[in-house]
Amino acid sequence: MTVAVDLKEPRRVSGGEGETGHLEELRHDPIALMQRVRSECGDVGVFRLADRDVVLATGATANEFFFRAPEELLDQAEAYPFMTPVFGEGVIFDASPERRREMLHNQALRDKFMRGHAATIADEVERMVAGWDDEGDIDLLDWLAELTIYTSSACLVGKRFRQELDKRFAELYHDLERGTDAIAFVDPYAPIESFRRRDAARVGLVQLVQAIMEKRAAGPPPADDDRDLLDVLMSITKEDGSPRFPADQVTGMFISMMFAGHHTTSGTAAWTLVELLRHPDEMEIVGHELRELYAGGAEVSYQALREMPRLEGAIKEALRLHPPLILLLRVAQEDVECDGYAIRAGQMVGASPAISNRIPEDFPDADSFVPARYLEGREEDRANPWTWIPFGAGRHRCVGATFAMMQLKAIFSVLLLDWEFELAQPPESYRNDHSKMVVQMEQPCVVHYRRKPEGRLGGTATDATDATAGASGPDAAGERPAS
Amino acid sequence: MRVTVDLDLCQGHGVCETEAPGVFELGKNRQVTVMDPTPDEDRRAEVEAAVRYCPTAALRILEED
Repeated sequence: MTVAVDLKEPRRVSGGEGETGHLEELRHDPIALMQRVRSECGDVGVFRLADRDVVLATGATANEFFFRAPEELLDQAEAYPFMTPVFGEGVIFDASPERRREMLHNQALRDKFMRGHAATIADEVERMVAGWDDEGDIDLLDWLAELTIYTSSACLVGKRFRQELDKRFAELYHDLERGTDAIAFVDPYAPIESFRRRDAARVGLVQLVQAIMEKRAAGPPPADDDRDLLDVLMSITKEDGSPRFPADQVTGMFISMMFAGHHTTSGTAAWTLVELLRHPDEMEIVGHELRELYAGGAEVSYQALREMPRLEGAIKEALRLHPPLILLLRVAQEDVECDGYAIRAGQMVGASPAISNRIPEDFPDADSFVPARYLEGREEDRANPWTWIPFGAGRHRCVGATFAMMQLKAIFSVLLLDWEFELAQPPESYRNDHSKMVVQMEQPCVVHYRRKPEGRLGGTATDATDATAGASGPDAAGERPAS
Repeated sequence: MRVTVDLDLCQGHGVCETEAPGVFELGKNRQVTVMDPTPDEDRRAEVEAAVRYCPTAALRILEED
């Protein structure tokens, strides 16, 4: 594409005078940095990451350009150097990232599998809460990160594989996610503690998978309907009869398959619960919706696929205010124009869900938790397809979005029908840890649980708290959720 | 009415095909083909459901006189 000569050069944001530009600020307060880009430079502005410019797009017009751009213009593959050591360098896939994504979409995320996944997820939640006492405390990050390891491995790899995992897998996986310091933009193998732990965790995961593979190889073959993706991969051999995929490659595949849906779902579940507990009126509305839906004793697997406008609204607000991915990146392959500005080949280009999701012109009362903004007649997500972007947009939009929403509905169906929760810390103390590119809730993030006297099965007729569905409004406390 | 698809957005989820079979069909390239761009009025409810439930908001109905 030829860039016209009268294009404006995007402005550079203040700060970042040192050698690594704005890298340190990105590692400590990325949202303040990106917000400053927008307020100082407008919809298109530049910050500096070591020796590279990042052109940051915010607002509908610039975002639409970003999300519509084909791979030949804005390339996704080379924009995330911090992922290579996580997935494993030298792991040879038979397919491009695009093709792998499509395979995942076709095989595990199709509509026809969703009912089965919903049942699987509900079972996993039941299994986790089976270890609870009548009341107690959980750390949201630890608990949900473990749960979502089980749900994603069971749904994406298979139940047989999931049966062979325990907390160790979740803990190692967590170390991988923590190994995404933005220093990777300078050196993905820099000698820092989080990278050492990342590399040790990957080795540990390979050992766990190796042990599972050895056990399977020595044991009897699985029944046909028990076979999972690992059995399939193990059955593929090279011409000389040796296994085509050694444990290291299998582990790399599983890590990459599970990655996009793990910390994202876990973090969104944590934030949905925290926001509902910060807003008891909204919790009551959601509880009422669930009690009505499950009054007939329907299975979670069935209901989780239905519309639940109130719970969905709460989840969507958690996603809008606390998007699990705060910065989406591409690399410009040629000189291009974005909203009247020149972007040069080789520059990185970013879009920020954390900033765009809170543009006040698109989302009135943008910093408040208002689940009613998604109700019929308002539908601020659909009305703003280029700025309501927790799942991204366009050709790279999260292919797991439907699965994620179903999973969250299934999790909260079990949790909120049978259990009551309470914040165990001051409400404003729950916040995200932005020191890594994979954003997670900062610990401690403890909540208190208590078994409901009238659970789902023992639900009594007196369970008729009169929540006026429809009485949702902007939160009275005017609380600004930490981000 | 006229139905249009924005192929920059379509990811081939196939919800539209389920909602309004015959109007939409998933092609071999994993994106939707609009088989009947000007469906009869009596299919409006189905087409509207397809537009509404498209996970990527890739479909539009343009009203024509």
